[in-house]
Amino acid sequence: MTATSAPSRGGPGNPLGTLKKIFFPVAPAYLLMVIPAIALFTFFIIYPAIDGMFYSFTNYVGYGAWHSIGFANYKAAFSDPTIRDSYGFTLLFAVVACILTNVVALALAIALNAKIKWRSGLRTIFFMPMVLSGLVVSYVFTFIISTSVPVIAGVIHFAPLESNILANQHLAWLGVVFVASWVAIPGAIIIFLAGLTGIPTEVYEAASIDGASAWMKFRRMTFPLLFGFLVINTILTFKNFLNVYDIVVGLTGGGPGTATTSVAQTIFSGFFNGDYAYQMANAVIFFLVTLLFAIFQLSVIRRRGGGL
Amino acid sequence: MATEVRTTPVVAAPRVRVRRSRPVPEGGRVNWGLTILVAIVSLIVILPLYFAIAMALKSPAQTGTGSGFNFPWPIQWGNFRAAWDLTDTPLAASMSLLITVIAVIGEILVSALAAWAIVRNWGHWQFRATFGYLMIALFIPFPVVALPQVKLMSAIGLANPFGVAILHILFNLAFNVLLFSAFIRGIPVELEESARLDGCTTWQTFRKVVLPLLAPISATVGIFAFLQSWNDFMMPNLITANPKFQTLPVVQYLFQDQFTTNINVAFASYLMALLPTLVAFLIAQRWVVSGIMRGSIK
Repeated sequence: MTATSAPSRGGPGNPLGTLKKIFFPVAPAYLLMVIPAIALFTFFIIYPAIDGMFYSFTNYVGYGAWHSIGFANYKAAFSDPTIRDSYGFTLLFAVVACILTNVVALALAIALNAKIKWRSGLRTIFFMPMVLSGLVVSYVFTFIISTSVPVIAGVIHFAPLESNILANQHLAWLGVVFVASWVAIPGAIIIFLAGLTGIPTEVYEAASIDGASAWMKFRRMTFPLLFGFLVINTILTFKNFLNVYDIVVGLTGGGPGTATTSVAQTIFSGFFNGDYAYQMANAVIFFLVTLLFAIFQLSVIRRRGGGL
Repeated sequence: MATEVRTTPVVAAPRVRVRRSRPVPEGGRVNWGLTILVAIVSLIVILPLYFAIAMALKSPAQTGTGSGFNFPWPIQWGNFRAAWDLTDTPLAASMSLLITVIAVIGEILVSALAAWAIVRNWGHWQFRATFGYLMIALFIPFPVVALPQVKLMSAIGLANPFGVAILHILFNLAFNVLLFSAFIRGIPVELEESARLDGCTTWQTFRKVVLPLLAPISATVGIFAFLQSWNDFMMPNLITANPKFQTLPVVQYLFQDQFTTNINVAFASYLMALLPTLVAFLIAQRWVVSGIMRGSIK
């Protein structure tokens, strides 16, 4: 391979070329690279999406006969307390976990980028949760929160944790927030670190000379320079948290009662009780909600000049 | 303007020189206070992992009614044997491995090919439209299409690990094509043109010239695919019909009822599900971290 050889473009001297161009605008090999991918993508993702959307306007139970019932499923879904509560929990959880994850990850990234001893070893420790299965991690935490923490809290007489918070209808969601953030923080740290290593140290040295305090340096330099990465992280974590499933299943199973039942879990209940079409309407609503957030996030990026 | 620029270095020069003369790495003083603080915070990660290991190495009597954090002594290796037999770990691990291998290879090849064809034919509206069409998937989370998808997969006989792997490949196609095409735009087209002058066909150009150049971004895509497919619970749980062919995470879920009788065997089983990715990460940490950084900046 001589990369420096003169890049003269392939000569159009072929008389068949013109004829070929009419039927195949590009080399057939290129079509073979794209068409199977599009075909599979259409068959396995787009087709089910349209199929499901179609049945959301029927009384289909997953098998057998059906007929159209218009928007009845949607009307029922909007007044169904189970579905409403699942949106309430999922949105509250996603917002709180997103804020917690980003704040903690930003603080840890700055600390792990500072001049500390055993820096690479400490980074390794903080990255580890990223590679672990969320479900299995949840099982480990279920036992810690329900059995170990109350024992320890009893010894040190710390009343709020002496009972199992996962069994408390009003507090169980906090357990889900904690474990979901525990799993998500490493990924966010890595993205913040990518941003931090891009900031030249001279900028900080110049600021120190001008007498800037640590807080001023964070407020006026680190934060603005990292803002783009904060936006990326917010989008990524929020999107993942909206689909929360594994961690809820492992930690609370959606309980106590339905206190921590997520939207994904509610949709999956459409496999039972002949709720197929009904939960498909819920899925379409969920799609519109996520789309709304995506459009909102894209407009935020655009407004900042898209300079990510 | 010019004078402003010059003043700062003049003032800075002596200070910087003093600092750099210290024999401390990276020209600064180690911040011990922060080191200790970070080390204490790291217990939030270490303690649960220690707990899982300690629990897996104890007998129920050793666990007793304590917090479970006590050191496991004498060590009960038998828990692993019991968990291994109870959940048929070898079968579950091979199912996880099967899905992961197909997904990693499939995601890299399918999306690299599609992205290259799209970028190199960006002048044709058909390819720009294809790109836009694939990006739709970025806005379709799995729960939205789960119900019809499960129906489809069982109707065409793919309610098995192969079906799960195919769905992993296609669900990540949009994001992967995005990563690959951003990377391919930075590769000079002259390299490929000179290969063609040497007589390479389009396929040979891809295999011999483009694919090797894509190695860094392929690593990123491969790492994401590996972690996602190995740890996924939602898709295999819903798609795979026969519980015998379930992956490691799903098996932990299926055995919850039987685990309650011996929580230590359960933890041995959890540990066997967690260790492969953890060990792989500790070995290939540098790659994984730089790979994820590359994926996030693009």
